[in-house]
Amino acid sequence: MLDLRQIHKTFFPGTPNEVKALCGIDLLIPEGTFTAIIGTNGSGKSTLLNAVAGAFELDQGEIRIDGRDITPWPEHRRANLIGRVFQNPFAGTAAEMTIAENIALAMRRGCRRGLGLALRRTARAEIADRVRTLNLGLENRLDNPIGTLSGGQRQALTLLMATWLRPRLLLLDEHTAALDPKSAAQVAELTLTIIRQEQLTALMVTHSMQQAVQLPERIIMMHKGRVARQYEGQEKDRVRVPDLLAAFDQVRRREHLDPAVAALLGNQYC
Amino acid sequence: MTLVIGAFTIGLILSLLSMGVWISFRILRYCDITVDGSITLGASVTAILLVKGWSPWTATLAATLAGAAAGCVTGILHTRFKIQELLAGILVMTALYSVNLRVMGRSNVPLLDVETLASPMARLITRYASNPDALNVCGWLVPIQDMAMLVTVLLVTVMAALLIRWFLLTHVGTALRATGDNPQMVRAQGVNNNTMVVFGLASANGLVGMAGALLAQYQGFADVQMGIGMMVWGLASIIIGEALAGRTTPGLALCGAIMGTVLFRLLVAIALRWGLNPNDLKLVTALFVFAALVLPDSVKSTIHQFLKRQRHA
Repeated sequence: MLDLRQIHKTFFPGTPNEVKALCGIDLLIPEGTFTAIIGTNGSGKSTLLNAVAGAFELDQGEIRIDGRDITPWPEHRRANLIGRVFQNPFAGTAAEMTIAENIALAMRRGCRRGLGLALRRTARAEIADRVRTLNLGLENRLDNPIGTLSGGQRQALTLLMATWLRPRLLLLDEHTAALDPKSAAQVAELTLTIIRQEQLTALMVTHSMQQAVQLPERIIMMHKGRVARQYEGQEKDRVRVPDLLAAFDQVRRREHLDPAVAALLGNQYC
Repeated sequence: MTLVIGAFTIGLILSLLSMGVWISFRILRYCDITVDGSITLGASVTAILLVKGWSPWTATLAATLAGAAAGCVTGILHTRFKIQELLAGILVMTALYSVNLRVMGRSNVPLLDVETLASPMARLITRYASNPDALNVCGWLVPIQDMAMLVTVLLVTVMAALLIRWFLLTHVGTALRATGDNPQMVRAQGVNNNTMVVFGLASANGLVGMAGALLAQYQGFADVQMGIGMMVWGLASIIIGEALAGRTTPGLALCGAIMGTVLFRLLVAIALRWGLNPNDLKLVTALFVFAALVLPDSVKSTIHQFLKRQRHA
């Protein structure tokens, strides 16, 4: 499904602020899997997600979805295939427009937008029906500006908008991190429900080990712009939060050693 | 009465400008100074075409397209070449000064005895009026020419407002409104926000060009200096309009823009009548916009502090 080959990205190259954000990522995400990406701050998790979404040009490498090379596609074109939810609950919706208008925009993601009225009666009924499934009582407030809602409500709506038309790939960038614990749990549950129902392929960046262990089928651990470890299948089912923390420690310890020594020791002990 | 009719007519003409400024300033959140040049461009294109004997409708349409082209250039300078929004507008405005001189061939083109948009309406009124020169409106004698202009301008402005409102509620219009609000979100929904900015600035300046066309036909000349300060005029009108009608839906905001412009024009007419020096007009307008932008916040914080002190006392 999603195929990343040798992705490299350096920000501010040749300056004192140079950041090697992604150093040769190779990744294959099979159809219909839900993958979590975890890692320390600055390990390149969000950068990787933004690379897939097309927020910047790669220095090197290739991104394919369903075998199609989308590397040269601009961000708005990739949106035909990709649904996104951002870390900032305000980033995914237009605050001064109403709930219904925001959703009307999402109903045409990747389609031609003509001069038809955006909110006909049929569209309105469809919007009310699907908003009702969120169980937030928002179906009665469709004409309120979305800026009057709480972060959790907005994030739930953004999730609904990202998946309104079934995306080939769903990108979740720490989408529960800025919410209060209760809303975060609600949004996480909603995420899982939607992904299961629609059998979506999803990539989720998260800081919460708990979430990484509970929700997805597969975990990718990143460190310093590389994929440090992957857990899938039975290994993923067995893994618990302390195991992940231990793995982090190991990755960090290895970093203190000389790369050649690390490879040698790695062969002997790991 | 002539004063009131005149204020209404100019107010309605400048409503087109205000709606244009509203699109760029409020919808796109783009501070577009191109307006000062494109209104003159609209006026000069119309003037020269009318003098050459074109029909007023074609001349007005040409002025609208010329304005739209100017807006396009500003948009492309900003999105394609990454020039700051204000600077992009200033560049185009400055360039337009020379373009306008080129179009007119001199700094001022008078329009004497040419057919204007109001002429068909004047003929229509004359046919039904008892007195061939003036019309009796509530006991006041109003020249038919003025009345015809007012009615024509009213029709054009209302039609334009209805058209814009309808457009903003379509799929493309919704995407345009979201572009100013949250470009990141718009991209994530598969819309090229840069195209939207260029398109929005083009339609905004198209409206401004149309305002210039009507203004030239009303006042009977086009002048290369006539655009100076027009954007601030538009801002002042929008701010008054928002106080009157609010800004919750596009329809209300457009109504507000029209009402605000007419009201502002009336206030100016009254102030001039009371002896305000016309040379001070732009200073007063600028001060008004400054006050309107700053006062609401400072008043709010003063009240807030006052309440706080009360609570502590």
